[in-house]
Amino acid sequence: MDKIAVTCEEDSLDSQVDPRFGRAAGFLIIDPDTMKFEYINNGSTQVMAQGAGIQAAENIAKSGAKILLTGFVGPKAFQGLEAAGIKIGQNLESMTVRQAIEKFKAGDVDFATSSNKIGHWK
Amino acid sequence: MKIAIASGKGGTGKTTVASSLISVWESPVIAMDLDVEEPNLHLFLNPTFTGKKPANMEIPKADNTLCSQCGKCSELCQFKAISLMGEVLMTFPEMCHGCGGCIAICPEGALTPEFRELGEISWGLSGRAEFLMGRLRVGEAMSPPLMRAVKEKLKEMMNVSSKDVIPKDVIIDAPPGVSCPAINAVMDSDVILLVTEPTPFGFYDMKLAHEAFSPMNIPMGVVVNRAGLGNNKVYDYCTAEELEIMAEIPYDRKIAEAYANGCIIAESSDEMKNIFMSLAEKIKQKAGCKNAAEVCRD
Repeated sequence: MDKIAVTCEEDSLDSQVDPRFGRAAGFLIIDPDTMKFEYINNGSTQVMAQGAGIQAAENIAKSGAKILLTGFVGPKAFQGLEAAGIKIGQNLESMTVRQAIEKFKAGDVDFATSSNKIGHWK
Repeated sequence: MKIAIASGKGGTGKTTVASSLISVWESPVIAMDLDVEEPNLHLFLNPTFTGKKPANMEIPKADNTLCSQCGKCSELCQFKAISLMGEVLMTFPEMCHGCGGCIAICPEGALTPEFRELGEISWGLSGRAEFLMGRLRVGEAMSPPLMRAVKEKLKEMMNVSSKDVIPKDVIIDAPPGVSCPAINAVMDSDVILLVTEPTPFGFYDMKLAHEAFSPMNIPMGVVVNRAGLGNNKVYDYCTAEELEIMAEIPYDRKIAEAYANGCIIAESSDEMKNIFMSLAEKIKQKAGCKNAAEVCRD
């Protein structure tokens, strides 16, 4: 099964899902079959003046994950993720990473067709 | 000599001071409105426009068929205006600051220059003064590149004057704030005037502007507008920091009325005219001090 990226506040499956995609603290790249994961620190985007969402999308594309679970995705990040062929599950804040994965495995996550957050540049 | 009229806080009277200084300025002068997000100096100077042109900025156009996905452009761009997304090279033109770095670094020639319209530059004459302004396109977020284009036009206007014996002075109406646009407007001036009002808000933002502009080592002075309002903090600060208060414009309903009618304050009464003539004199002295200091350093 494809690897899943989840935005997280800490390096653990029991971390809360970071609701922000672009400026998320980090990502867990999870193999859903084994639940083994790798942590990617995304902290550097938190200090970017602009383009955090695009940078984060690039980071996910590089990680090899094909599915992203998160809270809110801005328009440019959405465009980038789509171009990289990554499917996006949004509105998954207020739960742990493990819960988000379980929800996904149970088939309760619909993939988004558009961004759910208004950009800063419009 | 270039004089930048800046403030920190908006609405303290930059345009009031700029238009009045231009009105009393005796030597040849160019009035330049660099508050390109909301230019308003023309409302007071009523120039006859003689020319205009669009200002463009170079942005990259990507040809994905030539891209080898090396990712160098994506790594270089600090603004993520170009990004290698997996195997797709994407551009976000509205994020681009126009440095041209991606086009220069691409080893495959996959990026070529394209243009984004930033806004418009227009120029003309207002009485004895020449006039120049920039106006940012609605929806455009980046004003410094447009300001640079306005300054290029200024160079042209200053050069035409080969027959003039006296070089032209420039009075710049700067944008408020202390971020890139404000810095860009004052950075190559010879004197910076900080227009403030003696209120807590006016004081706070004047202090920010003073701190932000100080590293440029350009002589600075203060104009207190609406003097008589508020408290003494602006005065105390200026004394402590050895910032000269170069003029005070009284808090007076008549001035507000003149402003609201689109009048130049210096032309509204002899008292006002004298304030600005004395200010003009002090500015010249301040610019002179700088030159003297430079001579000493050399």
